[in-house]
Amino acid sequence: MTDTAAASLRTTPLHARHRASGARMVPYAGWEMPVEYSGITDEHMAVRTRAGLFDVSHMGEIEIAGKGALEAVQRISSNDASALKVGQAQYAGLLTPDGTFIDDMLVYRMAASHFMLVVNAANAAKDYAWISEQVKLAGDAAVVDSSSRYALIAIQGPAARDVLQQLTAVDLGDIRYYWFSYGEVANARVTISRTGYTGEDGYEIFVPPNMADRVWQGLIQAGRGDVIPCGLGARDTLRLEAAMRLYGNDIDESTTALEAGLDWTIGWKKGDFIGRERLLEQKERGITRTLVGFEMLERGIARQGYIVTSGGDEVGKVTSGTQTPFLKKAVGMAYVPVSLSVPGTQIDIDIRGRATRAQVVPLPFYSRSRSGPGPRIPGPGQ
Amino acid sequence: MPYPTDLKYTKDHEWIRISGDIAEIGITDFAQDQLGDVVFVELPEPGRTIKAGESFGSIESVKAVSELFAPMSGEVVEVNPSLKDHPEMINSKPHETWMVKVRVSDPKEAGSLLDSAQYDGITHA
Repeated sequence: MTDTAAASLRTTPLHARHRASGARMVPYAGWEMPVEYSGITDEHMAVRTRAGLFDVSHMGEIEIAGKGALEAVQRISSNDASALKVGQAQYAGLLTPDGTFIDDMLVYRMAASHFMLVVNAANAAKDYAWISEQVKLAGDAAVVDSSSRYALIAIQGPAARDVLQQLTAVDLGDIRYYWFSYGEVANARVTISRTGYTGEDGYEIFVPPNMADRVWQGLIQAGRGDVIPCGLGARDTLRLEAAMRLYGNDIDESTTALEAGLDWTIGWKKGDFIGRERLLEQKERGITRTLVGFEMLERGIARQGYIVTSGGDEVGKVTSGTQTPFLKKAVGMAYVPVSLSVPGTQIDIDIRGRATRAQVVPLPFYSRSRSGPGPRIPGPGQ
Repeated sequence: MPYPTDLKYTKDHEWIRISGDIAEIGITDFAQDQLGDVVFVELPEPGRTIKAGESFGSIESVKAVSELFAPMSGEVVEVNPSLKDHPEMINSKPHETWMVKVRVSDPKEAGSLLDSAQYDGITHA
């Protein structure tokens, strides 16, 4: 990377810490972010078996407040925000009038008339422009881009709760899955959200930027070797094992919420919202293609953009694919015709000119044990 | 990790160890570090010929796939049998883990390869 390119990238409050800890840094969505520390496999396994720490401060936060806030959120979000109690969060689509994705997001209800949307870094500016425009039309609410007010640190994995609990007086047992609370962590005033993007139990902590390093170091030390820093590489393999959609790969402005298998994020009963009409039409007509999971039957790793074929004919495209470190299988997701979407269906992936056999399998590839707390709910993207 | 002086290198980050008309080919420490955890290597069968500067296989890490380019031309005489089950050897011992052995067809091609100091230079460019 040239110095000029580096100079134009944004950095998080933990940038110096990543550098000092030997992380490999890469440009990502306009930010210079750690892609790996000790290695993707090592980090991935740590999150599945102990815990991992992620800097996701690049993600955007957009707040909507005022008398008309609920009405505004109901209009722009695919999900039903009226179902949220104060202190609760939900996954949703930010949809175009065509029912396709401008972005995916988590919607937090901070107060009766105050919501915070956590959105993908790459889309934050586009989202803010879109939301501001829509809210202006919808009525009495203010939209604020509050991204710079928060560093966001995720601690994920079976040991996450015990480690975080050492640094806070908040009883973490009281925070249910997809709820959040306020308190102090390592003497920093924070918001603790029981959410994540790894398929494990864990927390995402909204921290004042000047306290981010203190919280980060506190968690590493409290972990006594059970918590290791992780980069975006492991975040991607973890979310893929858990079949969480990644914006730009699995969903975008050309794919609808129904095609993406995200029917459960659509609040059909809440009344009108942007995209509803087209989604309803599509639902009545029936979708023609859908996002499926697949597993390679022959040696080879499918990657984003590879062509899916059936009987020699092109039928779709791979949206995400890797060799997953925990399951130790080559898996991926792809859009295919509904007729080829039943688990067990054989398809071929064109891997650099060679038709390589694969089989449609149910999603997710990985689901943490049901003895763990709370249901598995897909979270937002990177 | 210092680059061994008994190896020759390419700007595509392969190394070659030439002894007589047989040469071992692998990837450098710099390459494995850039790739991250290697999970899969696709190599030509013995008997196939490879051509200097052209792709002869691919190497996949968790995060990406990368092509392998032949430092010199020749016929593949052996493929490292350990790599099928232990591709991670490429990460742990990159300069000892050869991928293919080749009977080189044109020894003069060695003249255009880099020595360890020259290669070290391009990894810091």
